[in-house]
Amino acid sequence: MSLHAPLTVTGGRLLLADGSIQSGAVRCEGGFITAIGAEVAAQDGDTVHDARGQIVAPGLVDIGVFAIDKPAFHFGGITRAALMPDQNPPLDVSARVRFAAQSGKPDFWVHPLAAATQGLEGKALAEIAMMRDAGARAVCTGRRWIGDSGTMLRLLQYTGMLGMVVIAHAEDAGIVGNAVATAGEMATRLGLPSAPAQAEALAIARDIALAEMANAAIHFRNVTTAAGLELVRAAKARGLKVTAGVSPAYFMLSDLSIGAFRTFTHLSPALRCEADRRAVVAAIADGTIDVIASGHDPRGPEDKRLPFSDSAPGMAGAETLLPLTMSLVRDGVIDMARAFELIAANPAKLLGVNAGSLAVGAEADIAVLDPERPWIVNSDKMAAAAGNTPFDRQPVQGRVLALFKGGVAVRMKKIGG
Amino acid sequence: MTPPEYTYPAGALAFPHRGLTGIAGLAPHQIWFLLDEAEQWVEMNRGAQKRVELLSGLTIINAFFENSTRTLLSFEIAGKRLGADVVNMAVATSSVKKGETLIDTAMTLNAMRADAIVIRHASSGAVQLIADKVDCPVLNAGDGQHEHPTQALLDALTIRQAKRAFNGLRVTICGDILHSRVARSNILCLASLGADVRVCAPPALMPADIEQMGVTVFHDFDAALKGADVVMMLRLQMERMEGQFIPSPREYRHLYGLTLDRLELAESNALVMHPGPMNRGVEIDSNVADHVERSMITTQVEMGVAIRMACLDVLTRKGRKMEGWA
Repeated sequence: MSLHAPLTVTGGRLLLADGSIQSGAVRCEGGFITAIGAEVAAQDGDTVHDARGQIVAPGLVDIGVFAIDKPAFHFGGITRAALMPDQNPPLDVSARVRFAAQSGKPDFWVHPLAAATQGLEGKALAEIAMMRDAGARAVCTGRRWIGDSGTMLRLLQYTGMLGMVVIAHAEDAGIVGNAVATAGEMATRLGLPSAPAQAEALAIARDIALAEMANAAIHFRNVTTAAGLELVRAAKARGLKVTAGVSPAYFMLSDLSIGAFRTFTHLSPALRCEADRRAVVAAIADGTIDVIASGHDPRGPEDKRLPFSDSAPGMAGAETLLPLTMSLVRDGVIDMARAFELIAANPAKLLGVNAGSLAVGAEADIAVLDPERPWIVNSDKMAAAAGNTPFDRQPVQGRVLALFKGGVAVRMKKIGG
Repeated sequence: MTPPEYTYPAGALAFPHRGLTGIAGLAPHQIWFLLDEAEQWVEMNRGAQKRVELLSGLTIINAFFENSTRTLLSFEIAGKRLGADVVNMAVATSSVKKGETLIDTAMTLNAMRADAIVIRHASSGAVQLIADKVDCPVLNAGDGQHEHPTQALLDALTIRQAKRAFNGLRVTICGDILHSRVARSNILCLASLGADVRVCAPPALMPADIEQMGVTVFHDFDAALKGADVVMMLRLQMERMEGQFIPSPREYRHLYGLTLDRLELAESNALVMHPGPMNRGVEIDSNVADHVERSMITTQVEMGVAIRMACLDVLTRKGRKMEGWA
């Protein structure tokens, strides 16, 4: 039981689990939502937060982050994140998983992803069931693809039996090699090692075939190409347990952004061509993509102030996840309800956690936000551990005004304007 | 003997760039200006007195993060013939590959108040990264697979001396285009001057969408040679290949080696060029490389010194407060 007084968030526009938006209040007791609606009122002794007519939404659930960076997550309205096993050392034994699962509490919950293979080397299976019982919510191949099809099949058979989803990186490693860019005019002009975008579809095609064989669930963390999305679409139509995610960079940017060797645009997978970017937007609109995730990977100058191909891939994305998703709402690609499916409800469902929507009985992770509020991304003044964002100096809209984890207000670091 | 194709403004407007990181971004008349500037040094270098005091008192640092013999020597000679103090810094690639060291090295060189820094580095974009951090002009002596602008300029000077004009000139570049910064700079330079550039390589060694750079793509060497006025051969950069790109050097020569017989397919007065180092018997046969009338390979080396002198002169004019440049 919580030691804190019950919380009532009043005067808000509630984004409800059925997708509707209603004026009213949310009351939370003992860390859970106990009442929602127009008639709900604060009771004596409650902590009361007046939402002043702003949107009251579930806290965001972010699948596949590389670091626990609480100030950035809180700034972005994220109350839970699934941590990639690519830690040093990797999350491939139960003790490390148990430690990681505790590392954010009380005001942030970390859901560790178990490494699929020992040392993430793609060879020998890790002790997945023991990690599950230590708190791992899903299994993950890490930054890399498992090249050996036999190993991948056995992994999927095993996770299928355990009822865990495998979160896969979808790029054929033999084709990708040491590439840092997608093959095309831009990579050619810059002379950067590059690989064809088809590396993604090849990996997805194989993994879908293996998942079907094993009757297992698979989630592709980043599907970034038209061809890859088409395979996911077809697999879903056939009723397979296939889901797909994407990070905002892939619907906001194309490989034109890597010009001038800006290492903040060095991502994995590499940024794709404009046609693929548009295919990602279409796949978000038609439901092929289930999850939008930040891929939060703060990297300091020692990893980024290097020649492009020597720099580490990744971007600090936690702070921009909400506003960039809101840009899809403003552009009419999706509505507000669908946006929160992508950044809260679906990822929570995938991880099997009782959060991600405003419903009685759900854990009281609540964000009060103004989806219109403008601000400018500034890599020098971010809450994140590092400011490696390709959206530096870009004006965005959508800002979290207050955040509650388990019915308790989260102290937010004041950043920017 | 300036042909009248290009005119350029007087003073610093003729070359308004702080450094030379690539051919991309140079206007055709700016390329032409550098070629014209080099002519005087070609002449001087052929005489007995090979030194002027133009850059006397200036310090030029050659920072080579990747092994080089001929380019380093060429820059060193160029600097010395202009009267500058030239310091060579050879850094093993391994020690600067990680962390902040590259920027740290750049800041160190900057703090020593060099008047120009010449950089070679194994990674594309590394020279630009340094150029953004230092106060003096930076010259790119080759960055990864990106650009090698002075090589393209010296090739253009070599061609200009023999052919006079570039308009419609058919230039065939054959070899490991994928890994070649020389190819990229040459494509940009020659296409910008109006040449008809053809590139030839097996698909595995051809960069994606290279036709977007204004070239015609060939995989059949014989077809690419037909009617060529200039044949530029590149070596296989085995050290940059991860995995197998061609079955064997012998097999490569079978399809892409420039033999005397194959050279017959080109124009009867076609020039043969190679940036070096050559792999004789692989991409080029000895009797072609050493062909007295056709091979320009040693001329290229000669033009290299003149071009680098021109670049060092032009880029230090602002610092030397030359009239019209300061």
